[in-house]
Amino acid sequence: MELHNLTGYKLHNMLQTKKISAEELIKAVFTRVEKVERKVKAYLNLDRDLALSRAKKIDQNIKSEKKISFLTGLPIAVKDNICTKGIITTCASRMLENFNPVYNATVAQRIIDRGAVIAGKTNMDEFAMGSSTENSAFGPTFNPWNLETVPGGSSGGSAAAVAAGEAIFSLGSDTGGSIRQPASLCGVVGLKPTYGLISRYGLIAFASSLDQIGPITKDVRDCACLLNEIAGHDPKDSTSLRTNVPDYTKALVKEIGGLRIGIPKELMGEGVSRDVKDSVEKALELLRGLGAHVEETSLPHLDYALSAYYLIAPAEASSNLARYDGVRYGYRAEDVSDMLEMYSKTRALGFGDEVKRRIMLGTYALSAGYYEAYYGQAQKVRTLVVRDFNEAFEKFDVLISPTSPTPAFKIGEKVADPLQMYLSDICTIPVNLAGIPAISIPCGAVNGLPVGLQIMGKVLGEETVLRVAYAFEQNFAGMGKPPLRI
Amino acid sequence: MKKLDNLEVVIGLEIHVELLTTSKMFCGCSAAIFGAQPNTLVCPVCLGLPGSLPVPNEKAVEYTVKTGLALNSSIANFSQFHRKNYFYPDMAKNYQISQYDLPLCDGGYLGVDINGFTRQVGITRVHLEEDTGKLFHVGKGGRIAQAHYSLVDFNRSGVPLMEVVTEPDLGSPKEARIFLQNLKSILEHLGVSDCNMEQGSLRCDANISVRPRGNKELGVKTEVKNMNSFKSLERALTYEVERHKQILEGGGEVEQETRHFDETKGVTTSLRTKEYAHDYRYFPEPDLVPLNIDSVWVEELKRDLPELPDARKMRFEEVYKLGAQDAGILTSSKIMADFFEECAKSYPKPKIIANWILGELSYRLNQENLQIDESAVTTRHLVELLKLIDDGTVSGKMAKDIFEEVFETGKLPRIIVEEKGLSQITGEKELSTIIELALEENLSAVEDFKKGKQRAFGFLIGQVMKLTKGRANPALVNKILQKKLEELK
Amino acid sequence: MSITVRDVEHIAWLARLELSERDKRKFSKQLDHILDHAGKIKEIDLRDVPPTSHVLPLENVFRKDESEPCLTDKEALSNAPKKEKGAFVVPRILAQD
Ligand SMILES: [Mg+2]
Ligand SMILES: [Zn+2]
Repeated sequence: MELHNLTGYKLHNMLQTKKISAEELIKAVFTRVEKVERKVKAYLNLDRDLALSRAKKIDQNIKSEKKISFLTGLPIAVKDNICTKGIITTCASRMLENFNPVYNATVAQRIIDRGAVIAGKTNMDEFAMGSSTENSAFGPTFNPWNLETVPGGSSGGSAAAVAAGEAIFSLGSDTGGSIRQPASLCGVVGLKPTYGLISRYGLIAFASSLDQIGPITKDVRDCACLLNEIAGHDPKDSTSLRTNVPDYTKALVKEIGGLRIGIPKELMGEGVSRDVKDSVEKALELLRGLGAHVEETSLPHLDYALSAYYLIAPAEASSNLARYDGVRYGYRAEDVSDMLEMYSKTRALGFGDEVKRRIMLGTYALSAGYYEAYYGQAQKVRTLVVRDFNEAFEKFDVLISPTSPTPAFKIGEKVADPLQMYLSDICTIPVNLAGIPAISIPCGAVNGLPVGLQIMGKVLGEETVLRVAYAFEQNFAGMGKPPLRI
Repeated sequence: MKKLDNLEVVIGLEIHVELLTTSKMFCGCSAAIFGAQPNTLVCPVCLGLPGSLPVPNEKAVEYTVKTGLALNSSIANFSQFHRKNYFYPDMAKNYQISQYDLPLCDGGYLGVDINGFTRQVGITRVHLEEDTGKLFHVGKGGRIAQAHYSLVDFNRSGVPLMEVVTEPDLGSPKEARIFLQNLKSILEHLGVSDCNMEQGSLRCDANISVRPRGNKELGVKTEVKNMNSFKSLERALTYEVERHKQILEGGGEVEQETRHFDETKGVTTSLRTKEYAHDYRYFPEPDLVPLNIDSVWVEELKRDLPELPDARKMRFEEVYKLGAQDAGILTSSKIMADFFEECAKSYPKPKIIANWILGELSYRLNQENLQIDESAVTTRHLVELLKLIDDGTVSGKMAKDIFEEVFETGKLPRIIVEEKGLSQITGEKELSTIIELALEENLSAVEDFKKGKQRAFGFLIGQVMKLTKGRANPALVNKILQKKLEELK
Repeated sequence: MSITVRDVEHIAWLARLELSERDKRKFSKQLDHILDHAGKIKEIDLRDVPPTSHVLPLENVFRKDESEPCLTDKEALSNAPKKEKGAFVVPRILAQD
């Protein structure tokens, strides 16, 4: 098998036993990139020379070492909203087209310190606002399973890169489903960890109370391995949890007998396509077969979660994105006569439509006279969503739903109708509002397009989530690789 | 035009205080920014770089709670930071992390002595926020209105800023000034700020309105900014009161607006910014978690509060037997009160120390616009000088001249006396010779005295002092001259 | 509920976004549509429900008051669109009448 198709776990063992070198590995990945990238367009920025010289250096460093850390020499793709010092970080926006960070995000620093080789920065919806990666200012990414469809979003580049073998794994960020939904649409594994488990320092903010970085990988083991590397307290992030991070690979046991699984009926409603429902039902059958108790349940306030999310996230975004004003960094409109003109022209030309839409939506939700009715009310709904989940987790170990109501849709299909696009996050959004962990794993295919299963756990319940995901994966026939006819 | 005699002035103050912490409010950059080159004390957080996050400075919270305790506020057990959203080029994020409906300190009061009676000035709240960067306007006169463009320095961005808001309880510009002086002294005694108005670490804005006495409704208020000293606060408000009065007497209406005090012209002018209704869209800062202020900690802080100006003033009256007014003025500035007490340790007459500090020293400090710790005069200088008077080395009159030189040069009084040969002539023999000389030179005056003209005696003393260049011990001259003249009779 | 072009103008001013007339009409329609859907939450009686701004069980996260190294001035200004004498340059702040 070609190196680019192997998991990080297998490649780590090969690097450990010196069967391959980091240089060979990054070269293999770049060979693959050369072959498929012009079709997939997963990356915004690839620095081969930098990656190659880093791999060589790592080979030098580990020459005499018996035991190397997991990430050593593994090529990783990083979503372009995670700041990397000296590597242009654009958020897929004209606004930051030439922005060169002077510091590393905590997560970036960690993977660098632990020997990972950053292969490049991946495409995304501008400022992570979108569900298809079509909102990138630099053009869309294409789904490796069917190049006419979207890879999902906003971490579409990160998911497509992994699916297409253009990286061993990747980092994405998830505010309302932005890791899980593209993982689902691209047939890979994506985890949104508990809010606060992974530092947000250096993650360019979309909605601060919802954003979370997480791994996108080929399988559940890699997901656990990568999570091990990036989880943990960061004093630079006030919202970072002080918790002992376990070894998540210890949770990877196939045994799930007696486990209680709840199926929120609100997430299996009309919006979910028949085909997706069928795939999920089959997956539940499989889990039953493994000895789990599967039972339908209700979290009544999930019906309001989407509404609450589309007020809270834009409200926070409207404030988070105010700093893009052309003063200290980023794009600045030319030929302006005063400050006000500079602000409004810079922002008019620097931001795309979806970003403008959400900034305006959030500004409205916070503005005098509307705060209570919109933002205030949405925060109260959030309380109810949290309560619903808390109650459900008294009865169930995990909750399961589809990740996305449909498989990958056609490029351009939902661009004209923002609300339709928003509805593709209907199953993933409640998880962010509640701050709980959830994983998306492949569970089937419809017309050659992958379907994802979402497994949700309680706060800091990553181990249980991974255990269920692993048990399922080990007993599932699998998806194979995307055909990628190039 | 009708004369409105019975008008009532209503003033409320909003005071911003830069806290004396080592690092900034939400990042580790040094907060000691004065004099630093532009943009050298900045980091991703205080520059508002994408992805950066704030972490609050514990000390700044402590300082704010201490201030609240000193101002009789109730300390919130649950407090939160909010974002205040507005665009301005000195704002690194175009929002300020501030506090809104859950400030650290709620309510309170400060008793202020005004013309012999105490007025309780209500404190609305004390909260914590971050300072902004600084703008330098390039173009005519460095003023914003004529500038071609501006430069932004973010060194000040993120310095901890405490905001104290008063109720509209102040009845005159003078009261406002005295209140601010009292507050400043409290903050100095707490050690939470250096309160340097000129360097901007203490900034005061005022809301002012005027209404016919007895009216329940407040008049239209204006907000006055840019008052960089106690003097300019009083001047600006006095000007503004007069302006309001004249408008009202002319039958006009005061326009609600923000006005800028022009220090050199002594007038306030409208800022004339396009007055859009502000909509700050406050919402809870999602990058920060709530503060749950531990009541045990608050009790500890309360117990450990240092002696505050009020208590110190009473102690000065009791222990040093100073009058209320002197004690009040001395304790209205921590460094002055410290100076006084340091002197009192090595010189036994507190009243005389107070006279010198509040007299000569304050006079010169005012003239030169210096703080006591910025002048060359130390407690050692003053004590030495007072001792020289006591042991008769110099006269009071000479002491004043020596003090002037101490103030100018920082030389020790004893050295000045030696260098200039200034010590007092106390030898009776030496003085007798000089007095005899004076009598010989002024025979007509001696005749006058003999005829009973007392004035001639004073004249003769003056002549002796002239001959000795003021160094003669006046009491001794008096004694000897008396004797000599008696002999001549 | 309806978002008028005037509402859009006001919001866009608060958010410092210059919009063309076409943009204004387009966004007013889209925002109206979205808020129509999001307005669902007004249906529920939430008088006794406290708001959640954060799901974290965290309080009192502080830094010790210690100073750390800053950026160099070169780094601080490295992304500046326009700089002069170590400072960021901005156009005149008040519009000329
Ligand atoms: Mg303030
Ligand atoms: Zn800083």
